[in-house]
Amino acid sequence: MNLNVDYMISIIPLMTSAATYTIKITVLGVFFSFLIGIAGNIVYYYKIPFLSGFFKGYTEISRNTPIIAQLFFLFFGLPQVGITLSGFVCGVIALSFLGGSYMVEALRSGIESVSKIQKESGFALALSKTQILVYIILPQALRTSLQGLFANVIFLLRESSLIGAIAVPELMHVARSEISMFFRTEEVLLMLTFYYIILIAPISIFFTFLEKRLRYAR
Amino acid sequence: MQDNMNWLEFLISERVLLLDGIYQTIYVSLIALFYSLIGGLLVGFIRCIPNKISAFISRIYLESFRIIPLIVWLFAAFFLIPRFMGRGFSSEASAIWVFTLWGSAEIGELVKGAIQSLPTIQRESALALGLSKTQLYMYILIPQAVRRLIPTVINMATRIIKTTSMLDFVGVIEIVARSRQIIERTVEPFIIWSFVFFFFFFLCYPLTLWSRHLEKKFR
Repeated sequence: MNLNVDYMISIIPLMTSAATYTIKITVLGVFFSFLIGIAGNIVYYYKIPFLSGFFKGYTEISRNTPIIAQLFFLFFGLPQVGITLSGFVCGVIALSFLGGSYMVEALRSGIESVSKIQKESGFALALSKTQILVYIILPQALRTSLQGLFANVIFLLRESSLIGAIAVPELMHVARSEISMFFRTEEVLLMLTFYYIILIAPISIFFTFLEKRLRYAR
Repeated sequence: MQDNMNWLEFLISERVLLLDGIYQTIYVSLIALFYSLIGGLLVGFIRCIPNKISAFISRIYLESFRIIPLIVWLFAAFFLIPRFMGRGFSSEASAIWVFTLWGSAEIGELVKGAIQSLPTIQRESALALGLSKTQLYMYILIPQAVRRLIPTVINMATRIIKTTSMLDFVGVIEIVARSRQIIERTVEPFIIWSFVFFFFFFLCYPLTLWSRHLEKKFR
């Protein structure tokens, strides 16, 4: 295999701007899915009647459909009924729709991991439901949830590679068009892998480090 | 958009392509799941061996699928295998290869988790009763591990099904590709993409429910 190193260096600016796009879309996706996760857990915690059912239904739909189907529906399906969204907006919505349910589950498993006796003790001390949530459950739950939350961030970063399907200039899409223009497949794929490692490996390492620290703290 | 046309009639009129796409999606998923199960059991047992070198290699194997998106692997297989092997590989075959490697890594992790989650007292009691290593695995560990494994493997099946939707990129003619073909001709994206969305939902949701049911039953 003969790698053309000059070519690989020449596509660095292009790939970097694509990586920036990927980061942008993922950060927004993570942010909104985290909000959905918090909203869902507030609804579950206070057992708000109608909304609980809504979030349950949403979780099932989001977890049992692929992001490609969600994206194509948003980007190609909706314009026919008069709703036209830009590729970027579609990407963020799809990523948040997908990630939201994962965040709901990650936070929920943390909240459920707090033993029942803690809540009961809180009640016995005449704390309100909100006080119990804020002062007793959340500090402990967030620590347990952290693992799931980080796994979800990595998951969303990986899934963002599929948003290229609707022609937004993220890493995978740029790499694909580069391959089809110049046929330097090995070089482009190598660079692509390299970029994904740069993006994801630090999160993965930080996450392992954090996990060890938290386990030590306990 | 033909307003007066019933959407159900429209879908029925396009049944040939849609059914072919559905068949391909399910076919690829089943084959990939089957190979992944075999590979996953193997990987799982290797991961249980307390050996630093094998642990390191299997760790790298798993991480490489967790860090690099599957679509990149698919592209690599699709473009690079023919170049190195010197002969063409159908897009379906390369897709199944990649899915098997990915599925084996993931199922291997599940197998390892299932075996290690068994209380050590089970192993100790069996050894105290004078069972051999083979008997220990055959009669004590594997039957219990399988029970814990089945729900997670069903979950993995839904993940594989969902992931097949990206095979359109590398030229496998499954449901997404067929849908695009239909839309190019009929210009009815809303109905078709809604159909695809709910097709995946109604394929995966029963599996999710089944897995949840088994998880409760085995607990």
